[in-house]
Amino acid sequence: MATQDSFERLTWPDGGITEIPYQIYTDPKIFDREMSRIFCADGWSYVGLEVEIPDPGDYIVTRIGNRSVIITRDEQGNIRGFANRCAHRGVKLCRQRTGNNRFFVCPYHQWSYDARGQLRGVPFINGVQKLGGMPEDFNRQDHNLPPLAISTRGGVIFASFEENPERFADYLGETNLNYFDRVFDGRELSLLGYSRQLIPGNWKLMFENIKDPYHASLLHVFLVTFGLFRADQKSQVRMDETGRHGLLISRKGEQKATESTRDISNLREDFALNDPRLLDPVKEFADDATVVMQTIWPNLIIQQQSNTLALRQIQPRHPGAFELHWTFFGYANDGEEMTLRRLRQANLMSSAGLVSADDSEVIKLAQDGIDAYRDDKGVILMGGRGVEDEEHMVTEVAIRAFYSHYRRIMEL
Amino acid sequence: MNLDLDQHRQLEALYTEYAQLLDDGPLTQWPELFTEKSLYLVIPRDNYDKGLPLAIMRCESRGMLEDRIRAVQETIMHEPRYLRHQITNISGHLGDTGLISAVANYSVFEVVEGELPKILSVGRYIDLVDPHVDGSPRFVEKRVVYDSVLVPNTIVYPL
Ligand SMILES: [Fe+2]
Repeated sequence: MATQDSFERLTWPDGGITEIPYQIYTDPKIFDREMSRIFCADGWSYVGLEVEIPDPGDYIVTRIGNRSVIITRDEQGNIRGFANRCAHRGVKLCRQRTGNNRFFVCPYHQWSYDARGQLRGVPFINGVQKLGGMPEDFNRQDHNLPPLAISTRGGVIFASFEENPERFADYLGETNLNYFDRVFDGRELSLLGYSRQLIPGNWKLMFENIKDPYHASLLHVFLVTFGLFRADQKSQVRMDETGRHGLLISRKGEQKATESTRDISNLREDFALNDPRLLDPVKEFADDATVVMQTIWPNLIIQQQSNTLALRQIQPRHPGAFELHWTFFGYANDGEEMTLRRLRQANLMSSAGLVSADDSEVIKLAQDGIDAYRDDKGVILMGGRGVEDEEHMVTEVAIRAFYSHYRRIMEL
Repeated sequence: MNLDLDQHRQLEALYTEYAQLLDDGPLTQWPELFTEKSLYLVIPRDNYDKGLPLAIMRCESRGMLEDRIRAVQETIMHEPRYLRHQITNISGHLGDTGLISAVANYSVFEVVEGELPKILSVGRYIDLVDPHVDGSPRFVEKRVVYDSVLVPNTIVYPL
């Protein structure tokens, strides 16, 4: 009951979106509301790539929020999604992460479902030797698995618990859609592999981190040392109208000290790579942006850092932890050199990334700090109090925009 | 061809030194256990089983191993931590090329200062060893294939 009380007591601080109450990172009741209103709701959640399920019967098991779902391709080639739990006793139907099945059969009582999640078989439905069986009024159609709405674009699959959600293109808004299409431009994708980690922090800290260019030029000594991200580079922060999606767009600079690096206590100006192949970026997009970090509400980060392309899917587990699932990809027409380049640059970003390790560690420290001070609040004032697009990196505007949307959806 | 007792002892000594350098240092000497053009990969088991090339650490030379160590020591922000490698079931097979194909199980405990110990990673080494580089065995290729695909927070030091 204590948590119920504390949730009812939450009043957002007077500073509005410039002040974030730490309770939203720790309270299980708030977490439950997030799962139902943000994840298992009308938004489009990333669930996988088409290239992961090329053939009929192929499936992947993933999560939207903390709910397990099955995404599969039916015999007609259409992508289908439904809850990964038997309609009978709630047993998880599919325990493998990937595979190929015509039917999904529950291990408990062998109820079987087709690729649309429709119940096709119930053993002993008419009893055995005239004994038992389901009642006369039992209808298989009443026990289909709740289907997900599916939308694909450029080879990326999104799903929604809402029956008729907003069109995906409208959901992203024009600017975010353009940047989405910049990477997923219709070329066939090639899957390079996965990396997964369990980060001991609240899921929103991951979004805040990617929406925060202020930290990138201070915390990430490796990035700054090699000029891959610097506060003095021409850059933009872009949001959609609601503030839920965001874009940080920037360009590579030089390896040298400037005014923007003065505040970085441990810049390694003398760090020369023994093997420079680690950082050998080539231009591959029509514009001159070398870093584009896109955050798509509620569970996706699309990363382009030089030539590493990756999707990071956020799967919240409880208020104090989330899983981060990385999917690295390239294009089917990449040459061998380009594939190698992507694989080498992946050293910077993964569950052992030279750069992303900083973020994983700092998110853990944030949760460690917040946990014991849950009645306090954080401050998000860098770059002012607004939620408008910006032309520089010295700002937390995208975090403010995120929370303006969050508060509307959560009614907090 | 199976290894004779002496060759096996030398191989074991290589793994012992490998663990000692990663656990107790000096870390900067760890790359010396590899040949100049060595390949070092840390691969989640699901990628390995599906033939997907992505590794979470990929070093294509001793120089890249040195760069990784320098980054760990100088640029990555991380909590102080200690690692303990347990390497068992080492077996080797001498091929026609004169190189040893070696496999071993490993587990790595991690103690972040002030926290309880945890198992950071469990898996196997799938290696290629040159038994005579200036009189000592050295890794030509090392694939760290980890079963524990869900990484507890982040891996900082090489496995
Ligand atoms: Fe970061």
